[in-house]
Amino acid sequence: MKTDLESTKKTTRNPLFKQMFGSAYKLSLFMFVCIVVLLMVYQLTAPQIAHEQREAMLKTFNKVLPPSLYNNIPLEDTLIITDKNALALLGSKEPVTIYRARQDQHPAGIIFQATARNGYSGHITLLIGVLANGTLSGVRVLEHRETPGLGDKIEEQKSDWILSFKGRTLQVHTENNQLIANDPRWAVKKDGGEFDQFTGATITPRAVIAAVKNALLFVQKRGESLYE
Amino acid sequence: MSNATETTTETTTLSDAPPTRWQEYQKIMDNGLWKNNQALVALLGLCPLLAVSNNVVNGLSLGLATLTVLLMSNGLISLIRHHVSSDIRIPVFVAIIATAVTVIDLLMNAYLHTLHGILGIFIPLIVTNCAILGRAEAYASKNTLDKALVDGFFMGLGFMVVLVLLGAMREMIGNGTLFDHIHMLFGDIALNWTIHFSDDYQGVLLAILPPGAFIGLGLLIALKNAMDLKKQNKQQNALGIPVQVSPKTEVTN
Repeated sequence: MKTDLESTKKTTRNPLFKQMFGSAYKLSLFMFVCIVVLLMVYQLTAPQIAHEQREAMLKTFNKVLPPSLYNNIPLEDTLIITDKNALALLGSKEPVTIYRARQDQHPAGIIFQATARNGYSGHITLLIGVLANGTLSGVRVLEHRETPGLGDKIEEQKSDWILSFKGRTLQVHTENNQLIANDPRWAVKKDGGEFDQFTGATITPRAVIAAVKNALLFVQKRGESLYE
Repeated sequence: MSNATETTTETTTLSDAPPTRWQEYQKIMDNGLWKNNQALVALLGLCPLLAVSNNVVNGLSLGLATLTVLLMSNGLISLIRHHVSSDIRIPVFVAIIATAVTVIDLLMNAYLHTLHGILGIFIPLIVTNCAILGRAEAYASKNTLDKALVDGFFMGLGFMVVLVLLGAMREMIGNGTLFDHIHMLFGDIALNWTIHFSDDYQGVLLAILPPGAFIGLGLLIALKNAMDLKKQNKQQNALGIPVQVSPKTEVTN
């Protein structure tokens, strides 16, 4: 009796299991083929993508630091900042890479990313170029989600505002062995500073100005050590 | 892109084919471009449609990418339709679509890098465009390769045309330009293709922002319905039957 029942159970179960395993086998086969195709395309495109990313980076580098000022390859001369206090000034939670430009081994300038974390809608990523003497050589917005038509005037294509950073410096003073920014010019005109605000959007320029100011403070704090 | 070659091979097969097949293709074309237009009638794929249609170049490039994905997924799914049982078909379709999208994403990243940067997340998001899974499930998995390819091509083309039209409307009203940044798609020869309508046009923000996409799409749907209604009335008049407006078209008007 018992064996009889088991055998009937087996025969009713078998086709179901067969179907299940068949489906699982086929599904894994399809997934495998998809993965192989993707790996192949990835392998084929990876060098080109890396090349394009490098080119795109160099293009923005040239905008914040004139290539005539240096003769090394900043992409290969980097310093990675991991110190928490420094990263706080740069608005980043991840380590920041500093690209160092030199003219015949002498410091010419640095290029790095900083993030304004208090934009009107999310973070604003900036690329900042600073000459060896602490003067700003250029700032560009790499990424933002500010309102089109209002806050997006921080883009070079939309307005000249971002160019007004060029040639600026930051005055600092020492207090309790700490370097502190002491420069009322670094604010929008509405707040008594020297920078224009946009009609209908003061939060965006305020955020960008504060981010650049903090980045300059970081550069002054580090000074020569950035090039070592 | 490969679209150009696809079109030419398709047209040659079309002219060689017997009339019944030709009529079949014509029906598919009519469905894809007009009667069952994925964007205007089926209202599928609205997320990328509304988000990326703020200028012609974005619309055109996302349209081209979607069209290529549709061609690839329809073709592949039609090829394997006899080998996939119905209980695993959806995961298999999804895997094929995701693979096609990732391939396009990688290729665009490699060869149209700046454009890829601008379209950003919307290229991978083609995966979620219901129009693609919809065509796979409703058409490609039940039809022969040639029909599935023609269907994919015209469904994609219909979607692309709407994206470009909406992009043109929003760019003209919102920005006062047409074909801005087109060199990112066609290279340096296209540097002077941008049309500026006025030098000191301030732009209408509403058209660029998301509401502009909804309003624009609404206007396009209304236009299509009005054209359908006109055609319907004309046909009825030719037959000598008094014009009757169906309740459906009344509502849409």
